Amino acid sequence: MTPSHEALQLWPAAVSATASETDLLILAFTVLTLLLTVPVFVAITYFAVRYREGSEANRQPSGIRSNLIEISWMLIPFLLTLIFFVWGAKLFVQSKNPPPDAMVVEAIGRQWMWKFQHPTGQSEINNLHLPIGQPIRLHIISQDVIHALYLPAVRLQVAALPDRYTDLWFKADKVGTYHLYCSEYCGTDHSVMGGEVTFMNPGDYQDWLTHAGAQQGKVAAGRALYEAYGCAGCHEPGSAVKAPSLAGLYGSPVKLADGRTVTADDGWLRDKILNPNGDRLAEGYKQVMPSFAGRIPADELGTLIDFLKSYSSPAAGKAADATPAGATR
Amino acid sequence: MSASGSIGGTARREPHAPESTIGRKADYLHAESTLRSWFLTTDHKRIALLYLASITGFFVIGALAAGVVRLALIVPNGAIMTNDTYNKAFTIHGVVMVWFFLIPSIPATFGNFLIPLMIGAKDLAFPKLNLTSWYVFMTGALFTLVSVVLGGVDTGWTFYAPLSTAFSNTWVLPALIGVTIVGFSSILTGLNFVVTIHTMRAPGMTWFKLPIFVWTHYATSLIFLLATPVITTALILLIAERAFHIGVFDPAYGGDPVLFQHLFWFYSHPAVYIMVLPGMGVISEIVPAFAQKKLFGYRFVAYASIGLASVTFFVWGHHMFVNGQSDLASLVFSALSFAVAVPSAVKVYNWTATIHKGSLRLDTPMLYAMGYIGLFVLGGLTGLYLATLAINQHIHATYFVVAHFHYIMVGGTVLAFLGGLHFWWPKFTGRMYSEPWGRVSALLIFLGFNVTFFPQFILGYLGMPRRYATYPAEFQLLNVLSSAGATILAAGYIFPMLYLVYSLWFGRKAPANPWNAKGLEWETASPPPTHNFLTPPEVPRIPYDYPIQAQESRDQHG
Repeated sequence: MTPSHEALQLWPAAVSATASETDLLILAFTVLTLLLTVPVFVAITYFAVRYREGSEANRQPSGIRSNLIEISWMLIPFLLTLIFFVWGAKLFVQSKNPPPDAMVVEAIGRQWMWKFQHPTGQSEINNLHLPIGQPIRLHIISQDVIHALYLPAVRLQVAALPDRYTDLWFKADKVGTYHLYCSEYCGTDHSVMGGEVTFMNPGDYQDWLTHAGAQQGKVAAGRALYEAYGCAGCHEPGSAVKAPSLAGLYGSPVKLADGRTVTADDGWLRDKILNPNGDRLAEGYKQVMPSFAGRIPADELGTLIDFLKSYSSPAAGKAADATPAGATR
Repeated sequence: MSASGSIGGTARREPHAPESTIGRKADYLHAESTLRSWFLTTDHKRIALLYLASITGFFVIGALAAGVVRLALIVPNGAIMTNDTYNKAFTIHGVVMVWFFLIPSIPATFGNFLIPLMIGAKDLAFPKLNLTSWYVFMTGALFTLVSVVLGGVDTGWTFYAPLSTAFSNTWVLPALIGVTIVGFSSILTGLNFVVTIHTMRAPGMTWFKLPIFVWTHYATSLIFLLATPVITTALILLIAERAFHIGVFDPAYGGDPVLFQHLFWFYSHPAVYIMVLPGMGVISEIVPAFAQKKLFGYRFVAYASIGLASVTFFVWGHHMFVNGQSDLASLVFSALSFAVAVPSAVKVYNWTATIHKGSLRLDTPMLYAMGYIGLFVLGGLTGLYLATLAINQHIHATYFVVAHFHYIMVGGTVLAFLGGLHFWWPKFTGRMYSEPWGRVSALLIFLGFNVTFFPQFILGYLGMPRRYATYPAEFQLLNVLSSAGATILAAGYIFPMLYLVYSLWFGRKAPANPWNAKGLEWETASPPPTHNFLTPPEVPRIPYDYPIQAQESRDQHG
């Protein structure tokens, strides 16, 4: 269920009727582009050879009225391209009018993660599971800066604004897992703000909602928060900042800089994340960790600590949840 | 012609050559040599060279930042630098290239140098204002460089709120102040050009005898005057919000972030034509000179310049189809954007028709001009892809956009800049450069450019978002290809910096008119005397009075 990582692919997967129509439109436009450009390129090259200085070419004026030529090369390409304005506008209007029976999924963007909530209440971070064969309407808003939700497989994107809702609707008809991106530059981790959208058969989707969505998804959601809030950026092995590994930390004794030894339990981890000041500093480390007070909502803090409970080695949790390439660094 | 001082009353020109300017010492480069004579000069030609030196410096800074960006993207996982470093690199690249290279590039250097020569005047209308505009430009540049030295900016050159006003922890304020100040320099230059072209034309130099270069600079100056105040206002509001929390754009203070985008693009779309129109002017001079043929459809090309400068004010919304603009607005802006195709087609087809039945010499400037036409056509048509609503929803903010505007900005403006630099180099400096090296560099740049940017059209269509420090592994091959192209392009840029500088001391001395070109700038010595013309130049009967005349339409006789 991971996106195809072929070395070179010239035709991205299209999973909806709109996506296929957009492809057709692009293809047709490319044919027109070739019709309009190739003659110019050929003419310039031919003229450059034929009429080079000293060549014995006929340089007499051809006698064609230049006003007529001017008018025709002004209008013909313009009218041809207008066909594409109409075609593109028609598709656009369709994509802006969701059917009333569409299933509504809430999408919230913030630096630097997406949170999705299904109509039945389950939520996921950065990844999105959806049924095929049914119109889906994503109801999108941002909590901070402007983001944009981009799903190349349906050829659609729209901004996530901090002050009003935007919509993105589509009906997928092919199962598979595809990229989900933020496409409006939003600061430091813009390029890792995303994951995957998985289109499933309606039955599998129901299964996912009852099982994965509620149970397995919890660790994956915690892992996503661990990465999205930047914990992984310092605490994973090999990072540039010297910070202790959190693998296997839960429940073990921690020797602090002031000589005390504490047990890393729920309460201590919570305090440490919200207020990582001097008297909670582990021995041998400098105080560089920023406070996350006011940045992590209480429910997500719980999910994050639950993840740390199950976190035994840096690779744990990754296999279950297909993280997008490049998301973990 | 001798009664020039009285005809029209507005044309100011030396009726007689001042005696002190006769002889080798008379030219503007050698008239005085103190630092003071350069930094306090009011000679439009010297000010043009001050600009040329400054923007070359900024081009180097912008190009180095581009090198950092292409280096980072060789690997998909961001192993070479942190995300923050990458974000700062592409922001510096954009800010420096747009505001400190592309916008002043052709107008402030060639425009400054050539407009008075082309219209037969001894200087611009306001020489002191001209010098002031360079100092204003450098002051703005200083602020922006300070922000880079202190640690950089990471907002992107677009400075979208509320990222730029509330969330970015980098040196946004000095960068914003710098860009705001630089706008005033554009306004002063535009004002100077408009007044000069209206009032300083030599007797007999009617509007329809002006070279297209002057027409395009007139159109550009109108954009400078009408659009720049809007970005200045928008940036001042941005500064007020960031520094004093005055709510304009940030919803947290009751503002509207989409409002900033409207104000931003109301300037920044016309700014594309500030970059493109002067380049079209350069190409319209080079092509007839190297075809030894009258420019085809002179009046149409002249009107198309004004047409582009007008239409460009009504299409800014095509940058915002997916940014939360109303659907109706998007439909209207999409339709209007297609109208840009008309004047653009006029230009391209008329250049091509000028080559037809000409007598062609493929010297360096002409190679750049032909490369320009090809790349501009591709850049322009891919712009129509982006103006098509349904296509835009897919390729907006992807590498397709990056490829498209580099075809316009580099394929268009930079190639025209380099073509013009080679074309008028003998006039600027009195020296000829090495022709073989010139041709090799032109071909390297054309090749390197296409290898760098053509793969990005495909990347965008495949769905790779722009401004990504890390990216999915399947896009690596095309990214590596793009980075490889950038090294060829870099070589192509380095050669001219070497052989042009070399020519200043060791180049062959240039005759007054090395290309056998038409236009008043070729009537005077290379380099020109301080007051441009020793004897009043004679304005020809028709513009582009080349040996080969095209079939002329009825209305072309003026």
